[in-house]
Amino acid sequence: MYDVTIIGCGITGAAAAYELSKFRLSIAVLEKENDVACGTTKANSAIAHAGYDPRPGTKMARLNVLGSELMEGLCRRLNVGYERTGSLVLAFDGKGMKAIEELLDRGQKNGVRELEIISAERTLEMEPNINPGVLAALYAPTAAIIDPWGLCIALVSSAVVNGAALRLNAEVRAIERKEGYFRIETSSGAFETRRIVNASGAHSDKVSEMVTKPFFKIIPVKGEYFLLDKSQGGLVKRIIFQPPDEDGKGVLVAPTVHGNLIAGPTSERASDPEDISVTARGLEKVLNTAARSSGKIDFRESIRNFAGIRASAEIDDFILEISAPGFVNAAAIKSPGLTAAPAIGLEIVKLLHEDGLELIEKEYFREYRSETLFRDMSMEERSEALKREKRFGRVICRCETITEGDILAALKSPVPPVSIDGVKRRCRAGSGRCQGGFCGPRVHEILSRERGVRMEEICQYREGSFLLTGKTKEGGAI
Amino acid sequence: MTERYDVAVIGGGPAGMAAACSAYENGAEKIIVIERDREPGGILNQCIHSGFGLHYFKEELTGPEYAGRFEEMLGKTGARLMLDTMVLKVTQNREIHMMNPREGYSVISAGAVVLAMGCRERTRGAIGIPGTRPSGVFTAGAAQRYVNIEGFMVGRRAVILGSGDIGLIMARRLTLEGAEVLACIEIMPYSNGLARNIVQCLEDYGIPLYLSHTITEIMGKNRVEAVKVQRVDESLKPIPGTEMIFNCDTVLLSVGLIPENELTKEAGIKIDPRTKGPFVFENMETSAAGIFACGNVVHVHDLVDFVTAESKKAGEAAAKYAINGNSAAFNSDSKAIINGENIAYTVPQSIRTGNADKFAEVFFRVKRVFGDSAIEIKDGEKLLKSYKRQHMAPGEMERIIIPGDILLSASGSLTISAKEDEKL
Repeated sequence: MYDVTIIGCGITGAAAAYELSKFRLSIAVLEKENDVACGTTKANSAIAHAGYDPRPGTKMARLNVLGSELMEGLCRRLNVGYERTGSLVLAFDGKGMKAIEELLDRGQKNGVRELEIISAERTLEMEPNINPGVLAALYAPTAAIIDPWGLCIALVSSAVVNGAALRLNAEVRAIERKEGYFRIETSSGAFETRRIVNASGAHSDKVSEMVTKPFFKIIPVKGEYFLLDKSQGGLVKRIIFQPPDEDGKGVLVAPTVHGNLIAGPTSERASDPEDISVTARGLEKVLNTAARSSGKIDFRESIRNFAGIRASAEIDDFILEISAPGFVNAAAIKSPGLTAAPAIGLEIVKLLHEDGLELIEKEYFREYRSETLFRDMSMEERSEALKREKRFGRVICRCETITEGDILAALKSPVPPVSIDGVKRRCRAGSGRCQGGFCGPRVHEILSRERGVRMEEICQYREGSFLLTGKTKEGGAI
Repeated sequence: MTERYDVAVIGGGPAGMAAACSAYENGAEKIIVIERDREPGGILNQCIHSGFGLHYFKEELTGPEYAGRFEEMLGKTGARLMLDTMVLKVTQNREIHMMNPREGYSVISAGAVVLAMGCRERTRGAIGIPGTRPSGVFTAGAAQRYVNIEGFMVGRRAVILGSGDIGLIMARRLTLEGAEVLACIEIMPYSNGLARNIVQCLEDYGIPLYLSHTITEIMGKNRVEAVKVQRVDESLKPIPGTEMIFNCDTVLLSVGLIPENELTKEAGIKIDPRTKGPFVFENMETSAAGIFACGNVVHVHDLVDFVTAESKKAGEAAAKYAINGNSAAFNSDSKAIINGENIAYTVPQSIRTGNADKFAEVFFRVKRVFGDSAIEIKDGEKLLKSYKRQHMAPGEMERIIIPGDILLSASGSLTISAKEDEKL
């Protein structure tokens, strides 16, 4: 019997698990995929928003601003990529000017620090590569770029190190309310728990309906992106937005903590919560809109296109509440959900406490620090690492200079990867310009060897995404 | 103290091995070849088909056989072969930073450096194919490694996008291994592969080639389930109403190769945006004195035999530089080669007359398919020389020899262009 079971291990579930694991509680995290951070968490703008977008008075506004304040310290403690770059919203016409003034007003009401509207000259001095037709910009120095899946993995790893149980491949099928507890049926067995946190993202309406009456509907909204080579990474130093339109915050152009350039997203109602396909129309829209922010982006340097689902609902706020005794919903966590995550984690603890959960702090709580990649180590750390593990000397991923030692460290971490993409999210092997063309087969081999699993059973990402269909006639006897 | 070599070669594929052998033949004594893989030979190791060496060895060899010949020759030179070693940095003063699991991090210096890192494949992300992102989409080279080196099949029913040579070779290879290859899809109105590969790898096995078509959607939740293919118009845009669905579990991409010049760029060496390789002079010297480049790192070749010839040139020049401490002709009068009409790129990009008193060899690609045609060399408007061709295509590299007297007679630069032959 668990005290608390969290359903879904994206950024929201992981933040909840992290905060709860500070207390003397038995905690389970159920995740339907074979890894964490597989939904919206792995496919978004990778931004910690300053907090001038949400309507004042909403939970989104409060948790965005608090999350933005907590984010830097959290990322530093967990050794997760974070850079306070600041953001600019560019105005190109009268409508845009009006929009940024409105955002300034909202931001000030929301308590965003250091917001100001700056002149075209200053904007162009800060960002010489943007569209020179800019009239003015809203400058938010507190906005940051972050590593969303890195943060999710570090948060849940901390929870696991402190005793939480992570159950992968456990898709929730039914929840039954018993006398003072719940029984959760999953695709890999049943679990009993006193309380539930529903953090199942795009599926949170269905999970909620297993316990409560239907009262909200998730509207999956798809956003398509371009990720560009590091050759484009230095084009802008800050997150560049255009004024928001009816579709949301609009297309942004930003550097990533990994040195690439990201452009996107679109905003289209998706047919189903798992539809993460990219479309010719969507990509063209990103291309054309981003070109308005900067005409200097070379889209031939694209290394990947992707799409993510935002779990929106009809109500323009997060659904973060005790929806039934023992049942907390953390649903409709759309943008700025990633920014708000550290604050949402705290909020969930508060809600559970209101529901009667007793909270006794652990004497020992150890945060899990993500591994530093060999390439990012100092010379002393490198020679130390090489003494400990010779395979830090073998570069597997050429584009990102990722060594076998880095991959082995990921495989020995508290929440180890099982798939090629899982390795990529932990240590970046395969995330460079050749997209695993060279290192894919090598990573595949290392995964097979270290996990003791046949090559044919290793997947690209989720179960069923197999890479090999069998042996050749000679079976490799060359 | 950093260990010093006469010539350091980065890359132990066909280019690097030929350059090292040639450096030895031209007097360099202390030579090192640094290779990131566990064996030398580069991509030849996975090219188990025949067709290599017809020009250079005058016989037909497989990729591993061709590599084996050079490995043997390299062995006789006494050059040091560092395997499983990654070069992390090259500097303009010819220091090489490298790393391997045995010695860890080390730095050497060299009298001359030859860059021979080869190329990589363009990926799905580079060309932006719409659809889902299931497993089963491979670059042709990665699939070739799985099949030919590791002994695994990558799928049962494949569609090949792009008619590059590796894609064509893999169409045949997968067919021979019992998979079904449904089609080869090429967006251009002509093939990008060698004519012999179209015949021997597609036609001989009844695999249809769809020219002026492209994949407009990849479908499948976990593994590829189907692709949508459409005809494209003259501006390469898909034409509505021409959709075809192929039910397949695998997509192989053979959509181009890109020279791998991260080290080159970091060293501050000038890159030609057309080739995506370093700008080179007649002896394969780059914009950095004493640093030479050859093979697919300079421009993507069709035949390894030409890589060998180019690399021998680079190796010879590197040896001379290491021995003399400079390139005799580094600052001599140079003639830029300008790409005229219908020329996609040339290598070299500039010729120093001091190094090319007898003749200069120029490689290039044309932008479209030609029948009876002429290649012209002009000095401004003045025609200096013309060469006849019966057929030229972007997929087949062209070579001309410019006589020394013509080079010397040019006032500043030479313009190369191609056109239909009007007289015929």
